Amino acid sequence: MILVKNLTKVYGSLKAVDGISFEVKRGEIFCMVGPNGAGKTTTIECIEGLRKPTSGKISVLGLDPQRQSHLLKQRMGVQLQNAVLQPRMKVWEAIDLIGSFYPKRIDFEPLLEEMGLKEKKKAYLSSLSGGQKQRLFIVLALLHNPEIVFLDELTTGLDPQARRAMWQMVKDIREKSKTVFLITHFMEEAERLADRVAIVDQGRIIALDTPSHLISQFGAEMKVIFTLRDSLPSFSLEGIEGVSRVERAEEKVVVYGRGDSLVGDVVNLLLKEGIKFFDLQTQAPNLDDVFLTLTGKEMRD
Amino acid sequence: MRPLLKLLSVQIKLYLREPVAAFFTLAFAPMMLVLFATIYGNSPNPLFGGLGTVDVSVPAYLGLVIVTVGLISIPISVAAEREIGVFRRLKVTPFSPFLYLVSSVITNYLMTLLGSLILVLIGSLVYHMRFQGNVLSVFLAFTFGSLSFFSLGYLLAAVAPSSRFAMIVGMVLAYPMMFLSGASIPLEILPSSLKEVIKFIPLTHVVTLMRGLWLGDPWRAHLLEVAVLAGMMVGGAILSVRFFRFE
Repeated sequence: MILVKNLTKVYGSLKAVDGISFEVKRGEIFCMVGPNGAGKTTTIECIEGLRKPTSGKISVLGLDPQRQSHLLKQRMGVQLQNAVLQPRMKVWEAIDLIGSFYPKRIDFEPLLEEMGLKEKKKAYLSSLSGGQKQRLFIVLALLHNPEIVFLDELTTGLDPQARRAMWQMVKDIREKSKTVFLITHFMEEAERLADRVAIVDQGRIIALDTPSHLISQFGAEMKVIFTLRDSLPSFSLEGIEGVSRVERAEEKVVVYGRGDSLVGDVVNLLLKEGIKFFDLQTQAPNLDDVFLTLTGKEMRD
Repeated sequence: MRPLLKLLSVQIKLYLREPVAAFFTLAFAPMMLVLFATIYGNSPNPLFGGLGTVDVSVPAYLGLVIVTVGLISIPISVAAEREIGVFRRLKVTPFSPFLYLVSSVITNYLMTLLGSLILVLIGSLVYHMRFQGNVLSVFLAFTFGSLSFFSLGYLLAAVAPSSRFAMIVGMVLAYPMMFLSGASIPLEILPSSLKEVIKFIPLTHVVTLMRGLWLGDPWRAHLLEVAVLAGMMVGGAILSVRFFRFE
């Protein structure tokens, strides 16, 4: 679907994208994740044909985004970060207008209903909530039944509930046998949605695989966290199989380790020793941990 | 053709939904006309060569409508559209951004025309103004004057880094022009010491041309105005195409 080879984009002295190569397969949700300024938007905009790469090769649906942009535009759907329409436009006017630019269109009514915007057809764009606006932009990106859909920071600025709803909609797009190229700086979003994730930092891809492979490869360990009833007892959890280290600050204990039986073994040992504890929780490793392992940096919103 | 027409109809609606732009384009000049006609009436006045206040105000106020759309509405709206990302959104569709500008020019021209028609209708129906020119000539001069000021407006929109900047520069250019060109205050009552300044104000040439043709002057009596406005139109258009940025 998409083939990128040695893509580089230089702005003045800044290398925004530094030799990126990857491939996106038909029908998958491919996600590029990384901190702000990592080069994600520049990459996606080069692929969409909005920017001209400094060097490297890009092919989308077998087309050159620069020289065959007119053909490509009819087959791709795009939701852009920081691009809106006039606030005094109405929902149906935006759909009618953008739709008229394409030779072939699908019936937008079911799409509008699916996105929960049916009642908003006559509303001004300025009256829509952040989530509704993003859903409208998805509708606008799907109007011409594109084969590939680009989504740039779709859920930034949305509350957690709207974000979750949006994730379901992205999965629904894939169900329509479209390919989705998504970029985000939320690791959780990448983990929940993506079939494959490319983690980018400072203009380079530092890891590319399925979320579960990335987690088992780089991530990182599970954490078992609990609080002791009293601070005195001395005990050793280091002996348990799979435990790599134990952190203890006053009553709070964090056990790091791997393996399916880790939690059970820790609890068993505590019970056997008669150690009283409460507030036990486990934290499965996630992509944030992967990012931390790979870059030594915390990934923050 | 279909997308262009759709865009045109959306842009016209958006224009009319913007209260400030709609007011200044459609209502401001007619309001001034009613105000001054109420104060002075339209009886013949030797100061205006035997014409009344309304007779000389209507063609002059056409310049007012033109400068408002050209130097205020156009720069603000185009710079704002670029700012919020309308052009970027269009760029990922097969629609040509160039057609967007075509539609924008047509929209602004139609709005200028509408504002002017309201003015002329009030002048003739309410105040029975005198008109001694040729309708086609006046219409052509109006179109010509509009396009020459639109050229400046799109140039300003092209180079303005933000819509706020476009608004401030547009107003700083437009307001003195309104008062020093005869567009709002007849040149006849301005002190002659200002004459030297006035002839360098671009809007003066629109007003002089409109008033002249209104009274039946031949075009050849206004070659200077035609030359200045043609220069503005062509120069502004070339520069704005050269410097226009869609993002």
